[in-house]
Amino acid sequence: MIVFEKPKSLTDAELHYCPGCTHGIIHRLVAEAIDSLGIEGNTIGVAPVGCAVMAYNYFACDMVEAAHGRAPAMATGIKRSLPDRIVFTYQGDGDLASIGMAETVHAATRNENITVIFVNNAIYGMTGGQMAPTSLPGQVTQTSPYGRDVLTAGYPVKVAELLSSLDGPEFIARVAVNNVKNVKNAKKVIEKAFRNQIDGKGFSLVEVISACPTNWGMTPQKALDWIDEKMIPYYPLGVYKDKSASAGAGSARPQNGQEVQP
Amino acid sequence: MAKVLMKGNEAIAEAAIRAGCRHYFGYPITPQTELAAYMAKRMPKIGGVFLQAESEIAAINMVYGVAATGRRVMTSSSSPGVSLKQEGISYIAGSDLPALIVNVQRGGPGLGGIQPSQSDYFQATKGGGHGDYHLIVVAPSSVQEMADLTALAFDLSDKYRVPSMLLADGTIGQMMEPVELPEPEAPEFTEKPWAVTGTRLQRPHHIVNSLYLVPEELEKKNFERFETYRQIEQAEVRYEAFRMEDAEYCVVAFGIAARVAKNAIAAARKEGIKVGLIRPITLWPFPKKALAEAAAHCKAFLSVELSMGQMIEDVKLSIDCRRPVSLCNRAGGMIPSPDEVLDSIRSLSRRDKPCLSADGQGPSLQQTGGAAQ
Amino acid sequence: MTTQILIAGFGGQGILFAGKFLANKGLLEGRQLSWLPSYGPEMRGGTANCSVVLSDEPVGSPIVNKPDVLIVMNLPSLDKYEDAVVPGGTIFVDSTLIGRKVRRTDVRAFYLPATQLAQQNGISSLANMIMLGKVLRECDFTGFDNIEDAVRSVVSAKHADLFEVNLKALKLGYES
Repeated sequence: MIVFEKPKSLTDAELHYCPGCTHGIIHRLVAEAIDSLGIEGNTIGVAPVGCAVMAYNYFACDMVEAAHGRAPAMATGIKRSLPDRIVFTYQGDGDLASIGMAETVHAATRNENITVIFVNNAIYGMTGGQMAPTSLPGQVTQTSPYGRDVLTAGYPVKVAELLSSLDGPEFIARVAVNNVKNVKNAKKVIEKAFRNQIDGKGFSLVEVISACPTNWGMTPQKALDWIDEKMIPYYPLGVYKDKSASAGAGSARPQNGQEVQP
Repeated sequence: MAKVLMKGNEAIAEAAIRAGCRHYFGYPITPQTELAAYMAKRMPKIGGVFLQAESEIAAINMVYGVAATGRRVMTSSSSPGVSLKQEGISYIAGSDLPALIVNVQRGGPGLGGIQPSQSDYFQATKGGGHGDYHLIVVAPSSVQEMADLTALAFDLSDKYRVPSMLLADGTIGQMMEPVELPEPEAPEFTEKPWAVTGTRLQRPHHIVNSLYLVPEELEKKNFERFETYRQIEQAEVRYEAFRMEDAEYCVVAFGIAARVAKNAIAAARKEGIKVGLIRPITLWPFPKKALAEAAAHCKAFLSVELSMGQMIEDVKLSIDCRRPVSLCNRAGGMIPSPDEVLDSIRSLSRRDKPCLSADGQGPSLQQTGGAAQ
Repeated sequence: MTTQILIAGFGGQGILFAGKFLANKGLLEGRQLSWLPSYGPEMRGGTANCSVVLSDEPVGSPIVNKPDVLIVMNLPSLDKYEDAVVPGGTIFVDSTLIGRKVRRTDVRAFYLPATQLAQQNGISSLANMIMLGKVLRECDFTGFDNIEDAVRSVVSAKHADLFEVNLKALKLGYES
């Protein structure tokens, strides 16, 4: 009996991510969702610029590589050309919340029927650890060596909260992958974000709080703990918007740790 | 088909639809907005997609997305907006995808003005964005050519998997002339062997990508792409030779400048000056050979441009600076009058010392180039 | 034969529409032609102008620098373009809005109180077409025939009610 195997919609390519990086988990969760919905042959993924730039080698479905931040625009083009295909983007915090903020907000407000996997690890990983739009106040990075000073560098962007204020998007949620419970919940939420697209419901974004031990300068375990101690208090987990579920009841702010019931 | 009166911008839109284009992404900017408005009206009625993007950057990346699926797609803008598109154009070129970008030029740099210009010649013909690449660049000179060259640009782009640009200007975009449109082509969706359309679990996944981190691989991609460019240079040069049979002087001009030049040439011929025109229809590939051949029997060349002199560099290169090349130009949205061009032609034929107009308003005439004289 | 026509006035006076009528008339007659508007902010209240070239040969420059026929509907346009008209050319002046006479002596000049005529006849927005009626009478680059078809091509189907009034305006100018 097979108790554990690689999802079919991941290729055999070896992941290039650093030890302790949680991108691998998130790739797997996306692939498991694609497998369980049986959509691999019908899916087109959009890779970002950032640590996940080579995601096109890892997902077995058709893939494209977007310009930095432009994945939602490119996904819009693909979806408008092939409306019956499943289109997802996989983006980091610099890509989605900094250089690509306009593309993100407008794809959301158009309720473009795509799925966005947004990996928030509060740092620019690929370029070696610079301050991200989501770096926490006081967080030390290569470009905030004295800690992020909100007076000069401003405050972190809370993407789930920001997008849930729009009338357009169907589904906005934030999850984390720092422990088993959170990973299991993340799996359900990511699958829901894909199922929404199959059901024609519209723009579904899952923000995934992720660890970057290398650039945070921590051991993998310490980094997972730091998510609990620092990240989640600033970025509360939960479902921020679910138009179908609330059916017009508005978007209530979730409690920390609230689970989604798909 | 009967001729109809159409604005140049509208002729592009209708010709694109008739060429099977069903996806248009744009952002409003003068003087090309009629094109977007036409698409907004027509596309929903024929099952096509019109989307007003949040920015030029988003629009070109939507184009990139549709192009990756193998369907005909276009965007249009004017100079400042086309600058914003350069990133996406570079990615499209680097991913070997077909697409059409329309630039109805206005004066620059910066926000510039809204009157016609040709000052994006360098940007269009030398690449425009980062990296080694070319676009196929066509330059219409009439409303009829706005339609004809739109269809040609799509065809060449598909054939070579090289994005193409239609480089017009505010005058050609805004003017109306009778135009005969081709019969509509059905937008047949023949799946391209490289497109991302879903694997259907029947084939290995396709990847549309411009990233090659191994320099040997990236170099190879560049070499391959330039081999394609060489084929295009061999096969796809288009130009009009006007009264060149017995010409002793050769005017080079494209787009609206060529229209003005023709009036000046007719007037110069009445004065007994044997002058002709070579009008590049493709700006890239540039009609180098035609110019080199003209250099065998022409004593001097005159480049007429709505810029500070950009195409003149390609004229000089084409003839290896074997003959003097002068410039007759206006800039910033101004257009030389036939009289101004005529004066420049007279100066060539008198081999006058080059001069600038006294009032500083007129065209500058600078003699540059070879020392053959 | 090539005729270069320049129509100029304020935005909102139907300058571009008048040009379109001439262009469509040329098209119906199977002639070569071009129509070029000024574009940009001047459309919204500033001066507007429109170049129309009608020819038996392919049209070179669509920009009318030296009009054979100049039609002006405000003073700034007469001031600006009077000197550009070719010797022997023709200038049409809306004398309701332009107080002065044409200074050139080597051109033909016609004065028509088109704006006043339009108001008196309950077609106050059609001074432009009254001017054109006069042009068709005094110039020989095109005739007064086919005007119904040309009006039909410029009046959109949505505004079919405007067909009759445009004809009326043309006739009013022609008979003035």
